[in-house]
Amino acid sequence: MRYVDEFRDPARARALLQRIHDRARRPVQLMEFCGTHTHAMFRHGIRQLLPPSITMLSGPGCPVCVTSAADLDRAIALASLPGVTLATFGDMLRVPGSRGSLQTARAAGADVRVIYSSLDALEIARREPAQTVVLLGVGFETTAPTMAAALLQAEKEGLENLRLYSLHKLTPPAMAAILRSGEVALDGILAPGHVSAIIGSSAWEFVARDFALPCTVAGFEPLDTLQGIADLVEQCEAGIAQVHNTYGRGVRAAGNPAAQALLAKVFEVSEAEWRGLGRVPASGLALCGRFRRFDATPLLEGHSLEPAEAREPAGCRCGEVLRGVLDPTRCPLFGRVCTPDQPVGPCMVSSEGSCAAHYRYGEAR
Amino acid sequence: MCVAVPALIVSIEGQEAEVDLAGVRRRIGLQLVPEANVGDYVLVHAGFAINVLDPDEAEATLKLFAELDAMSGAEEGEAPS
Ligand code: SF4
Repeated sequence: MRYVDEFRDPARARALLQRIHDRARRPVQLMEFCGTHTHAMFRHGIRQLLPPSITMLSGPGCPVCVTSAADLDRAIALASLPGVTLATFGDMLRVPGSRGSLQTARAAGADVRVIYSSLDALEIARREPAQTVVLLGVGFETTAPTMAAALLQAEKEGLENLRLYSLHKLTPPAMAAILRSGEVALDGILAPGHVSAIIGSSAWEFVARDFALPCTVAGFEPLDTLQGIADLVEQCEAGIAQVHNTYGRGVRAAGNPAAQALLAKVFEVSEAEWRGLGRVPASGLALCGRFRRFDATPLLEGHSLEPAEAREPAGCRCGEVLRGVLDPTRCPLFGRVCTPDQPVGPCMVSSEGSCAAHYRYGEAR
Repeated sequence: MCVAVPALIVSIEGQEAEVDLAGVRRRIGLQLVPEANVGDYVLVHAGFAINVLDPDEAEATLKLFAELDAMSGAEEGEAPS
């Protein structure tokens, strides 16, 4: 068992596809919450092979994409402070804020460094004690515990020059906001596998209970995703609405207790601003208790941002794309003005954005 | 950004492990999986193991796929690449 090839077997995939084709009798609209699912489905050709009666809509599950322009402006302002090094995952570099990106800030002299793990930021802080290293905390429940672990380590080592700018977001409240708005008619939710590895499949019970929709947690290999879709189709056809976990090897009902304990120790739940959804109560993570001293936000005090209001890129409709309301190819800028090489909005910048997925693999290119 | 890949734990030293990630050796943090042992497969995300993969659950899933395959005959439809 190597946990990869076994879940890519073409013959098994054919069988699952056949099952989906056999079972899908009436039209259904399913939302894959997670950008990783969006990409996996395009890359493995799954989306193209589903019966026409199944419509897959992409949700807000791309942490880069849902970072608001205002939050990004503050990240850029932090990066531009003298004596500050901003450490970020590479996906964030080209995301447009109101007045440029981290990449343009870097070209203008800001010290922005790309990291692969929060531990890399710790290493920079150790090596360069005179710099204040600000870790840009972008990501969902999957990523936030890795930041918490880094802060715990910094505390243990007495590292005084590490800060976190937490833009972490929680996924169930965003899903609930979308379902509550009723803006898009959905018949089922494909829930994110790696978020659920942390929070547990039981965290999605509200989808079945409060919204009477089937919700299936699925992994990301072709067979995993197909199994998740097959399960949703079967629930729809049988008229049931339950939370099922088809990713048993990676997800337990209760999730990962050690990671949850770490999150509870370092963070408290707060309001967060989502591109596309606006301010969503109890959908973010802010530092709490003794970990507040790692908060990067106070560094901005006295360095007022330029007074202009945060603006989204002109003409970009990422907000609607992230709510599943607009198919990326219907954005007037898609593929003409906005491409992965010259992206206008974050949904085209991020490797997990659905505009990027449609452009790279889509039929309407 | 929530991409996580399976990797085999080769050795453990304190809260760090060396893993084999599709043939490449990497050092990762084990803070989120204190229960992990050498020989376990873990899901690795952003330099940390986020869960230990459950071999019994994996076998059960594969068995289900095999049954479906046997049931369908699978002569229709095209294979995803
Ligand atoms: S195609 Fe480009 S401009 Fe249009 S919504 Fe997507 S990212 Fe924004």
